[in-house]
Amino acid sequence: MECKRKKEWPESNDSNRPTTFPDEVLERVLSLLKSHKDRSSVSLVCKDWYNAERWSRSHVFIGNCYSVSPEILTRRFPNIRSVTLKGKPRFSDFNLVPPNWGADIHSWLLVFAKKYPLLQELKLKRMTVTDESFEFLSLSFPNFKVLSLLSCDGFSTDGLAAIATNCKNLTELDIQENGIDDKNGNWLSCFPESFTSLEVLNFANLHSDVNFDALERLVSRCKSFKTLKVNKSITLEQLQRLLVHAPQLVELGTGIFSQELTAQQYSELETAFNNCKNIHTLSGLWTATAQFLPVLYRACANLTFLNLSYSTLDGDDLAKLLVHCPNLRRLWVLDTVEDKGLEAVGSYCPLLEELRVFPADPYDQDVVHGVTEAGFIAVSGGCPRLHYVLYFCHQMTNAAVATVVQNCPDFTHFRLCIMNPHQPDYLTDEPMDEAFGAVVKTCTKLQRLAVSGLLTDLTFEYIGKYAKNLETLSVAFAGNSDWGMQCVLEGCPKLRKLEIRDSPFGNAALLSGLEKYESMRSLWMSDCNVTMNGARLLAKEMPRLNVEVIKEEGINNSKADKIYVYRSVAGPRRDAPPFVFTL
Amino acid sequence: MSSPENQPQDAAVELNFNDTELTLGLPGAAKTGSKREFSHTLEASSTSAKSPAQKAQVVGWPPVRASRKSVMKKCKYVKVAVDGAPYLRKVDLEMYQSYDQLLSSLETMFTCLTIWNDLNQKNCERGKNNNGGEYVPTYEDKDGDWMMVGDVPWNMFVESCKRIRLMMSSEEATTGFGARRGSSE
Repeated sequence: MECKRKKEWPESNDSNRPTTFPDEVLERVLSLLKSHKDRSSVSLVCKDWYNAERWSRSHVFIGNCYSVSPEILTRRFPNIRSVTLKGKPRFSDFNLVPPNWGADIHSWLLVFAKKYPLLQELKLKRMTVTDESFEFLSLSFPNFKVLSLLSCDGFSTDGLAAIATNCKNLTELDIQENGIDDKNGNWLSCFPESFTSLEVLNFANLHSDVNFDALERLVSRCKSFKTLKVNKSITLEQLQRLLVHAPQLVELGTGIFSQELTAQQYSELETAFNNCKNIHTLSGLWTATAQFLPVLYRACANLTFLNLSYSTLDGDDLAKLLVHCPNLRRLWVLDTVEDKGLEAVGSYCPLLEELRVFPADPYDQDVVHGVTEAGFIAVSGGCPRLHYVLYFCHQMTNAAVATVVQNCPDFTHFRLCIMNPHQPDYLTDEPMDEAFGAVVKTCTKLQRLAVSGLLTDLTFEYIGKYAKNLETLSVAFAGNSDWGMQCVLEGCPKLRKLEIRDSPFGNAALLSGLEKYESMRSLWMSDCNVTMNGARLLAKEMPRLNVEVIKEEGINNSKADKIYVYRSVAGPRRDAPPFVFTL
Repeated sequence: MSSPENQPQDAAVELNFNDTELTLGLPGAAKTGSKREFSHTLEASSTSAKSPAQKAQVVGWPPVRASRKSVMKKCKYVKVAVDGAPYLRKVDLEMYQSYDQLLSSLETMFTCLTIWNDLNQKNCERGKNNNGGEYVPTYEDKDGDWMMVGDVPWNMFVESCKRIRLMMSSEEATTGFGARRGSSE
């Protein structure tokens, strides 16, 4: 096992020295601390506590993979079993970061193989992972148990095959929404017949057909299955068979939710669902229709999270379903449910805490449906515990938002996306400043905010003045001048992540945050008014920041099209591609 | 105290739309806003000049993840014709994420057809017809023009494609496209 260094027990009492514990006691106590923030605080108390903390830490969270190097990490924390790593800036999800930007996991894996041979868990978000890396991972860590990938790219289903083939102790394989080259479903057949440890399997966002027999055998022999999220290729009939093998499931993602079924088959399906008494998360439900939703009704009694964001349900069908979901805490829907569906949410889900409404046709500019401010108000009226909202809509008013936050003053996450850039309050034609003003004034616990619509600098004055707990701010097509961004940088003491696109903030704004950026994780600005000179000046003044400009090759003007600024103890990137200029 | 009131609309037009306009360049060129798969697909020649997007579509807006876009859209079935084949097929473009996937699937579909057509033919190579020539994938867009597959970003192609035709290479030579099909092979 790890070697412990001996610490000498102090002979005399130094003055001002806090009571000392033996290392073993201190480490034992600290090993019970799970929160990273607590652990960070603990490590700052004194050198002894710093050391005890680093020896006792088993899980590390790295919010920006370039803020630290694997060498520095492994030097500080010798006993890590679980790593969470995030890579690219969030706007890469929306194609704003060119391909091959970086965040490749491989250099980390090489170091981990040497320093953390007992590594069990790897959770990656927005990292690039190749099939070779998967193969290497699967062969280097005999105790490997948990693999979770969200918004990653660079790999194909061949990589998954390596994991399935080689990771004998795997308990969790969670593949969410990645840019994966989905060649085929053969990977699922690679789990050996002797393999029985799987508890979590999520392949909902893969498209290829898998071998159903292999899946059925896998589910039936892995007795501890608690989360199963299949893809669209799995039919209702097949789902019924899976449920019979695993009635203990806690999280279920169905496949396609409509099929020609006989009365007998329908009844069997209903029975299978009725036998699942522990389901609290339900998702999938592709092409779910009113005809089949009733099979779920009994199983929904304990449901706390319902993800209908892949179902084009209308308001009536949603209402009929929600009647059976009184314990719902989190709901994700498409805007096909319209305001009528949201009224049902307000009526039937009094315990709701989180609502996400996604646009069914985000690029269709002729759309005349979707949700409006009326639906938003209806939900807030019936769900006073609502604290997380993501709302895509085509129209909104200042008054409506003010009403919403009056009904629900406890928002911690408020993400409103009015889909037409620069759209004003559609009734008064005014900017949406007062809407977000109301949000920040009323919701004192606000941690995350995304703004949209026609916004002047006033919005940012409000944010700087009132949003004292704000940690993450997303801005697009907003503001008038540098002043707006300055207000935020000067006024929000807890700001960690600031991402801005297509807004008229320039060098003065950028440079006003000189002191600020070291206390933040990162700043992203794209298609704003920042120039290369401004970026260079920032880099010069703040040597401990990495200031990177993404610029297409061959384009020789003075604009810094995309600038990414982040603190780092690892120095400038050594793997930057040609279009990333480190200043 | 408060900032001068510009017309935000104009400011946006000045600043942003040039930067965010979808342009056509050489596939494979480092292009902001292009999907990852696109840069690995066909290498067409430089005949594609900047062509106007049908609507002024801003890159990455609304901020919806790629996986969410394709799953939510309804099916988009288009007819696929292959020169020399007695009947057409239909494919759902929404089933694919990239040109590579679409073309592989078409090759599989029509290799089978070729085998069925000529039972004596043992060598049915991918992308080749009975005479050993290559197919060139083309499509008809919303304007009724016949375009070469692969020039525009994948999503844009899915949006504008009405039907697909795999042309035989001899015909391709006549129309002057030239032999420049680079593919996933």
